[in-house]
Amino acid sequence: MKLLYLIVPFAPLLGALIAGLFSKAIGRTGAHVVTILGVATSFIASVIIFRDVMAGNTFNGDLYTWLESGGLSLKIGFLIDPLTAVMMIVVTFVSLMVHIYTIGYMAHDEDNWPADSKAGTHSYQRFFAYISLFTFSMLMLVMSNNFVQLFFGWEAVGLVSYLLIGFWSNRPTAIYANLKAFLVNRVGDFGFLLGIGLIAAYAGSLDYATVFGKAKELAAMTETVTGWPLITAICIGLFIGAMGKSAQFPLHVWLPDSMEGPTPISALIHAATMVTAGIFMVSRMSPLFELSDTALSMVIIVGAITTLFMALIAIVSTDIKRVVAYSTLSQLGYMTMALGASAYSVAIFHLMTHAFFKAVLFLGAGSVIIAMHHEQDMRRMGGLRKYMPITYATVLIGAIANAGLPPFAGFFSKDSIIMAVQASQIPGATFAYICALAAVFIGGLYSFRLVFFAFHGKERFREAAHGHGHDDHGHGHHAVHEPHESPKVVTIPLILLAIPAIASGWVIGSFLYGNWFGDAIVVDPAHGAMAQLKAGFTGVFGMIAHGVVTLPFWLALSGAVLAWFLYIVRPDLPAVIKKKAGFLVTILEKKYGLDDFNEWFFAGGARGVGRGLWKGGDQALIDGVAVNGSARLVGWFAGVLRWIQSGHIYQYAFSMIIGVFVLLTLWMNRA
Amino acid sequence: MSSSLLSLAIWVPILGAFVVFAAGNAQNLARWAALITAIAGFAVTVPLYLGFDVTQAGMQFVEQRAWIPRFNIEYFLGVDGISVLFILLNSFITILVVIAGWEVIKDKVAQYMGAFLIMSGVMNGIFSALDAVLFYVFFEASLIPMYIIIGVWGGPNRVYAAFKFFLYTLLGSLLMLIALIYLFLASGGSFNLLEWHQLRIEMTPQILLFLAFLVAFAVKVPMWPVHTWLPDAHVEAPTGGSVVLAAIMLKLGAYGFLRFSLPIAPDASQYLAPMMIALSLIAVIYIGFVALVQLDMKKLIAYSSISHMGFVTLGFFIFNQLGVEGALVQMISHGFVSGAMFLCVGVMYDRMHSRQIADYGGVANTMPKFAGFFMLFAMANAGLPATSGFVGEFMVILGAIKFNFWIGFAAATTLVLGAAYTLWMYKRVIFGPVANAHVAELTDINSREFLFLAVLAACVLAMGIYPFPFTEVMHASVDNLLKHVAVSKL
Repeated sequence: MKLLYLIVPFAPLLGALIAGLFSKAIGRTGAHVVTILGVATSFIASVIIFRDVMAGNTFNGDLYTWLESGGLSLKIGFLIDPLTAVMMIVVTFVSLMVHIYTIGYMAHDEDNWPADSKAGTHSYQRFFAYISLFTFSMLMLVMSNNFVQLFFGWEAVGLVSYLLIGFWSNRPTAIYANLKAFLVNRVGDFGFLLGIGLIAAYAGSLDYATVFGKAKELAAMTETVTGWPLITAICIGLFIGAMGKSAQFPLHVWLPDSMEGPTPISALIHAATMVTAGIFMVSRMSPLFELSDTALSMVIIVGAITTLFMALIAIVSTDIKRVVAYSTLSQLGYMTMALGASAYSVAIFHLMTHAFFKAVLFLGAGSVIIAMHHEQDMRRMGGLRKYMPITYATVLIGAIANAGLPPFAGFFSKDSIIMAVQASQIPGATFAYICALAAVFIGGLYSFRLVFFAFHGKERFREAAHGHGHDDHGHGHHAVHEPHESPKVVTIPLILLAIPAIASGWVIGSFLYGNWFGDAIVVDPAHGAMAQLKAGFTGVFGMIAHGVVTLPFWLALSGAVLAWFLYIVRPDLPAVIKKKAGFLVTILEKKYGLDDFNEWFFAGGARGVGRGLWKGGDQALIDGVAVNGSARLVGWFAGVLRWIQSGHIYQYAFSMIIGVFVLLTLWMNRA
Repeated sequence: MSSSLLSLAIWVPILGAFVVFAAGNAQNLARWAALITAIAGFAVTVPLYLGFDVTQAGMQFVEQRAWIPRFNIEYFLGVDGISVLFILLNSFITILVVIAGWEVIKDKVAQYMGAFLIMSGVMNGIFSALDAVLFYVFFEASLIPMYIIIGVWGGPNRVYAAFKFFLYTLLGSLLMLIALIYLFLASGGSFNLLEWHQLRIEMTPQILLFLAFLVAFAVKVPMWPVHTWLPDAHVEAPTGGSVVLAAIMLKLGAYGFLRFSLPIAPDASQYLAPMMIALSLIAVIYIGFVALVQLDMKKLIAYSSISHMGFVTLGFFIFNQLGVEGALVQMISHGFVSGAMFLCVGVMYDRMHSRQIADYGGVANTMPKFAGFFMLFAMANAGLPATSGFVGEFMVILGAIKFNFWIGFAAATTLVLGAAYTLWMYKRVIFGPVANAHVAELTDINSREFLFLAVLAACVLAMGIYPFPFTEVMHASVDNLLKHVAVSKL
């Protein structure tokens, strides 16, 4: 069985290495064949392992010792339990779909590069290498049995995300976005590393099982220097890491910009998998988080803020990918709230359903973008449904699931989250519940706004011929193209992902309430939300029947109806509203001013500090004062350095050497 | 155990250098002779690693002969787990430096190659000398080839930089000489370092000794605020000079702390540790900010070196195994990574004759292979896991958190700062549209450049993926050192 575990991450790695290092030799077909083969192998192996785990065979073992020092023995190894198995299936399945989809999406990538750019020569192969490398990294992250490998995977997915956001490296916006993404994530990693450091210092191990075994001891300790309750400090540190990777307020700012990357990776990395790493990590750490109500409070509040405030921005955005991106932020906020409510299994459940329906939405958006010749602005779309029926149908499925309407997948997971938050006793849960309800309404609104705006109504692309597209790449054509349905390599993955976007919620009974996760997730009896949910669960149909008479359903539905009214019935209204509520719209369009603030305060501030220290510290003080004056401080030193400027240094240097040797000689001969 | 491997490691390159000198104007002959010498020099160090007994804390491969008997000065060599890896690193980097200068240096080839070979031998001498006078001779001698390398093959401002480098470092070593003489007298006439380690010394002289050594070593590391010579020296040095300077010479100071300051003055080391930690953190943070705003690539990498070396001194003075071993790992890793970064800048400089970030942009379009290598090294410089750059930083941060949370907190800011200055530079140089006609004409790396970058890439990845063999060598000696430092010598 152990070989099979190795195959899962290393098959995609092998594919990535072949496609990346021998891109010229294997050509385009070779590259996609070898990487798809790698990921497909990994997916099949994951399915076999999944069945095996279902049968009760979990695994926790080490591959090799990475490092030993100071009593710490750091090993690379795998932990295969239900939580890992779910993640493996989600990651490999979505990755496989995205690999296939990419054949269609990147088919004409050479058009995105200047003709003489050598970086564009094998960009197709490079792209496949990157997404396979990503799959490897993500699998290493979820399969890890220790914090070091977790951190490796954590940073490696960040690296690939960086490379892919900036894939079209000739676009200034793309390379701005990828640097921003990396640095904001590094701010999160800063907290993450401190959390890991505290664990290492106080638990003396970075192995999950050992650390979790000592969780109770850690909870009784105080951090010696700061006086903080240790477990709270650890959990908050770890959660700051999750806030970076899973784009929680205020570290969410990188995710909307990451849409500069090609759409397949927006689906794979910035919706379905990488951004959920934080959710996965906190779930994995449930034995620690359960012991700190303070940390859980922080988690639920941060999640609530993210859910509501990011959903609001999705209403005003006109870029089809950005709408989906903000919706992703909002959905990640839901997952985070679930974590705060100690409903880890629900968070993972939503992570899974979301992976499917959000991948559908993103890949659907990508399909639209192909059809519109890289136009992303919905104001230049409209009426696309009759030209692209498959894309339309799948996006509609994704939107319904995203809005959380039964019986689609999102309903089960999102409703469970709302119930869990409602039941939670953690400080902040009431606030979170209010945010969640408001976000449900807004979720219905923005989801259907996307559908109606892009696929229904007037065919605005006919009048858009005057302007340049969002990513003008030298086509130079201004004539109207009839949009057409995308090729099969694009639509088949869409269909295959739409199926679980509909149906994956139906496994809720066994997934959440059948003790499916076993020991992988620990919930303290004091946090009773899950127990309450379990007691009230009456099966899939019971949940639907119950769901349609409760508030969230009607909120989501009224959001959808409002979208219908605003974008189908009275398409003139949005402009009127925008005029009347101009101030509010501006706040949303400016994304609460956070980007501007960060650019001014952090980026500008850091450069200012750097310049100040360089010019003021190094040049003026050290080289200037210490060199030229201030004999009183380092008089002798300064005196010598004055020689530099007086031009006598040459003599001085040599008299110095001579002096040394004379001194030595004298010393020797004296005795 | 008697062996003459260490002598070979020192004298093979130095004697080889004279063969290279003899080649004179026969440039190709000089190059090949230098390459063969460098490879032979590395080959004799390999048995040092293979034959190293990791269970033993003391000196191995010891050679001890009388040299100037009248003053008890000995030709006394030996390595332990702390020094052995640096001899290998040094001899290995020498090969790369020879290859890197292959066709780039057209002027006085034999002298150029010879200077590096002498340098290599001398530095092996520093890492293996166990007699204080022998150490001092090598320590000072190492200045001369580097001074010549910068002064002869350097940039337009090379004379100023060479003098600044020379003076700064020489000044430091004068105080060390006084300290050595004091110890000679205090030990009743011995220059044996191992005997000095056992010497009982009062607190005041300990502190004075520590400070004297501090000036010498801090300049070499370099520690804030005696670091301003390094950016100037790097900017003016030829690529090979920068590589050796960053990869090896900066390690001499740090090594000195472990061989002299800590074991000879353990009480003063403990007493002054807060100051050392403060200076180290200033190096990490202050210099990190300064690196951010540099306009010249070499200056940026020079500042980044200072910042990374801050981790080394930090690791030493938190006195735990994670810290000290992390610092040693960081030193070796920095040898690979900073060497590679300077070679990358050299590759571009050879084509564009500019180091200004503003003169570049969009290099990926014309040099995609190079961009790939540079990406890897930039990420290693930013401390990405699975590269060597991560291991040492990670260990030191863990050690620092164990020592004091706030120190770990301050050190961990490098995660953001290091990424910011490295990747922002990378972005401006490599990404973006082709900036100008010069960039448009760039040709990608040739097979010689591919060779040395690939070798370094392999080292960076290997050490990141499997650092165990590196730390395994250190355990016994570091453990021994820490025990030694914990015992008062008052």
